[in-house]
Amino acid sequence: MSARMSRRRMLASLGAGTAGLALAGCDRVARSAPFKAVEGAAQDLTRSAQRLITHRMALAREFSPADISPTFRTNGNVMPSSAEYQAHLANGFADWRLRVDGLVERPLALSLEQIRRAPARSQITRHDCVEGWSAIGKWTGLPLKLVLDAARVRPEARYIVFHCADDFRGIPYYESIDLIDAYHPQTILAWAMNDQPLPVGHGAPLRLRVERQLGYKHAKFVMRVEAVASLDGIGRGQGGYWEDVAGYQWYAGI
Amino acid sequence: MTADAHEEGSVEQPSPPAGGDVVYRHRWATRLWHWLNALTVFIMLMSGLMIFNAHPRLYWGQYGANADRAWLQIAGNAERGALIVGGFEIPTTGVLGHWRDSNGNVQTRAFPSWATIPSNYNLAGARSWHFLFAWLLVVPGLLYWLVSFLNRHIQRDLAPKRAELSPRHIWQDIKNHARLRFPTGAAARDYNILQKASYLGVLFVLLPLVVLTGLTMSPSMNAAWPWLLDIFGGRQSARSLHFIAAMLIACFIVVHLVMVVLAGPINEVRSMITGHYRLPKEKP
Repeated sequence: MSARMSRRRMLASLGAGTAGLALAGCDRVARSAPFKAVEGAAQDLTRSAQRLITHRMALAREFSPADISPTFRTNGNVMPSSAEYQAHLANGFADWRLRVDGLVERPLALSLEQIRRAPARSQITRHDCVEGWSAIGKWTGLPLKLVLDAARVRPEARYIVFHCADDFRGIPYYESIDLIDAYHPQTILAWAMNDQPLPVGHGAPLRLRVERQLGYKHAKFVMRVEAVASLDGIGRGQGGYWEDVAGYQWYAGI
Repeated sequence: MTADAHEEGSVEQPSPPAGGDVVYRHRWATRLWHWLNALTVFIMLMSGLMIFNAHPRLYWGQYGANADRAWLQIAGNAERGALIVGGFEIPTTGVLGHWRDSNGNVQTRAFPSWATIPSNYNLAGARSWHFLFAWLLVVPGLLYWLVSFLNRHIQRDLAPKRAELSPRHIWQDIKNHARLRFPTGAAARDYNILQKASYLGVLFVLLPLVVLTGLTMSPSMNAAWPWLLDIFGGRQSARSLHFIAAMLIACFIVVHLVMVVLAGPINEVRSMITGHYRLPKEKP
């Protein structure tokens, strides 16, 4: 392997000239402040460019029932460990309430029954994990727009934050989206999957579907929806659990 | 060349260049884009391999995950590594799926540290590199297309001439390459037909394919341009085609570098820096 490596290195430096940078120094470059600044600017550019060419109402592809994945794998946490969640699960979420608060005129506490009786949207969409796999499933739930309209979001709100029941080693999961995605017609709080009550592994009783972004944005076990003006005070301020702990991109449309 | 002289209608026929002469071969746009791409393509390939490592399985169709049939996968465990394509299992212990890191510890990721950016498992970091350099691949690439049409590089230097497309000519060129007999004198000034085919293939097939299949994997782009899903047959097909196109680009680079070494690396590299190329002397 070392002979192979040195041959590769030789060819690379002949061809690239700059290969020293490409092969050895990248990890160091990635940690440097200038790289982070340039990389952050590129993320903003990507988001702006995608938003520029994507109508804010443009829909994610919806599939037919025949396209549904035979197996829709779970990912992330599949069973929140908190005593509170366990108690809700044990009595079928009868006393569970979705809290809607933050920068709203009228904070809400919605029971699962109220949410299920509200107007619902069903969509067969593709779930794309940041790792690269995809699965197609049918989701039924309450459009987030209806919740936000009922709570009357105040004009200074810029993001919607989803606080979840699950955690990784004590750090609670959360996610956030901007108002363009929050008011998108396919953005729903799903309570059913493939015409069955949402399974625990997929986020019972309620999970977010935000169909134009990758899987980690689709918060499971949603307990509270909060309207905020800034993401600074929440978690470590990067807008989500994976954004905070592992540097994942807040905008996950790509 | 005489063809140029006819085109420009010059009365005096300049004597054709001969072996040993220095000719101007690569314009600034070609040289600039070449070296920018030398960096960009390496970073795209290596950060792409890290992204692949996050889920080293490829599928055809709209969806594909662990329970679905993968047409290609790189599998590894504590004992061995293997590349599995269709039903065939190719042992790759030591290179793919089972290899030792610089500390001598066995790792079971698909592609080894030396082939990926970042060198450790870091999906978020690899995505940062990939989507930053994607801009440097696409924007200068489009500008290069534009400039090279306008300065007629594509029409004059890359488009095959009718005579070059005859099977006999192509076969002769393949035989010359196989025998490592490269053109000398005036004939060395122009690209031969295999060069033209590979440069055109990279410029107008592989690079557009790798960019468009890359965009097809973006859920937001699927909403903006749903036709992407239709032309590639789904996101997972696009992911497979993206990987295949990237591997073909890697193959092109290997062959390209071997040819540079065989054809005279100093003269070739200098010509890509200064533009000036010394025509190899005719063999006696």
